[in-house]
Amino acid sequence: MSRIQQILLGAVVPVAVLAFWQFAGSQANMAGIVPTPLAVLEGFNQWVFGKPGMGLNPYLGTWLSNVQYSAMRVAQGFALATLLGVPLGLMIGWSKLASQMFDPFIQGLRPIPITAWLPFSIALFGIRDMGSIFLIFLGGFYAIVVNTTQGARDVERNLMRAAMMMGATRMQLLRRVVFPSAMPSIFTGLRIGLGISWTAVIVSEMVAVKSGLGYVLWDAYYVGRMDIVLADMVSIGVMGYLSDRLIVFAEQRVLRWRILQNH
Amino acid sequence: MSAISIEKLDKTYPADPPVHALDKIDLQVEQGEFVALLGPSGCGKSTLLNLVAGFEQASSGTLRVHGDSVDKPGPDRGVVFQEAALFPWLSVWENVIFGPKTQGQSPKDYAERANEMLHIVGLSDFKKHLPVQLSGGMRQRVGIARILTLGSRVLLMDEPFGALDAQTRLTMQELLLSVWQQLKPTIVFVTHDIDEALFLADTIYVMSARPGRIQARMTVPLARPRTIEDTTSEAFNAMKREILQQIRH
Repeated sequence: MSRIQQILLGAVVPVAVLAFWQFAGSQANMAGIVPTPLAVLEGFNQWVFGKPGMGLNPYLGTWLSNVQYSAMRVAQGFALATLLGVPLGLMIGWSKLASQMFDPFIQGLRPIPITAWLPFSIALFGIRDMGSIFLIFLGGFYAIVVNTTQGARDVERNLMRAAMMMGATRMQLLRRVVFPSAMPSIFTGLRIGLGISWTAVIVSEMVAVKSGLGYVLWDAYYVGRMDIVLADMVSIGVMGYLSDRLIVFAEQRVLRWRILQNH
Repeated sequence: MSAISIEKLDKTYPADPPVHALDKIDLQVEQGEFVALLGPSGCGKSTLLNLVAGFEQASSGTLRVHGDSVDKPGPDRGVVFQEAALFPWLSVWENVIFGPKTQGQSPKDYAERANEMLHIVGLSDFKKHLPVQLSGGMRQRVGIARILTLGSRVLLMDEPFGALDAQTRLTMQELLLSVWQQLKPTIVFVTHDIDEALFLADTIYVMSARPGRIQARMTVPLARPRTIEDTTSEAFNAMKREILQQIRH
């Protein structure tokens, strides 16, 4: 199949959905519930490019700042999750002592969904950034620590033996064998964790702060601006996709050996 | 002093019932001697090698290498693994210098030796390659260059050519013999291939299984240096018949 045919085939379903959506949104009884794609596009345009403060539309030109708020929170929470999750996962996977000490605690807390932490988080941190960042951290942390642990446990025995035979100390084994061996699992954890972090930022901004894509999403719903709600959903999807690409980009640099292995 | 001195070495794995892997092994290996441990799978030959390497601990008996009791792995005993066990994220060069670099030596102390060893195994042009970009035979050459760079005086080889095709295996055997002639390390070579043991070794220990025992010690009468022609000689075949009888026994 040619490239063009592939693209056309992939476009069939989206175009059909868009056409149906345009049709359904034009029906009188759908007014105020489902805006048409064209109306969403127009709302999106104003949200992104409009001049703030002009007229009564509170969303004019506020897109970029809200995207920045959300992205910054994700970046902070996710960085915290990575900085804590990767070393801790390596330790748990590598040392029996660390495993016995931390694993039951983490596995015990993990079944509590991050959404259930919301009220406690607000009580603890107030309606401030920290409450949101804490949830993002928590969401990313579990995925990262669990996958890193698995990677550190699955190190090939003979690689450890080879390094010991060449005189590596325990710390050198951790840094020069366990860590690089676990790298593919770490990246899996980072990608899953980042996805959960975006879920966490939206949920937490709906409740715990007064800015960001999650806040706008809920706010727009309350005032009946469904065009902004949909434009916001699209924005979240795009941001999630772009940040995932960023990790994949890093992965392809770091794991060249692994990619070659799989071909 | 023997390079390797083993007396009444026993290894039992705790299980129900316990698995008696090695039974009263006595073995002396001289400096620069090429020894083959020959036997069927399950005869404990790899276990014995792992004990000498320090990867596992014996249940009882004594095991000394250059007079020192073995209790953990170390650079004096270089191991070549069956699947090479190279670090897949490191280049050939980085793999070869892993030992000295890990031990904190400076490049000027090991770079020259590493280059020389890569030259000996014929991989000077592949320093920047990743292990995954090499064939099985080439990976084993890296595995050999790695322990030569490490400066091990005892080389422990666990069926290193077992996974290679017949022609590559022969090339690797010739390469190993030439390395041994040049550097004269002590080699303990585990194999289940009679021809391989005869072609390579000075002394063959034939092992039997369950529990692992040394059944016979045989000196290979073939002169050095050996060539592939030796493997079809009358002396070679007579020796092979003798070993086959031992194994069928």
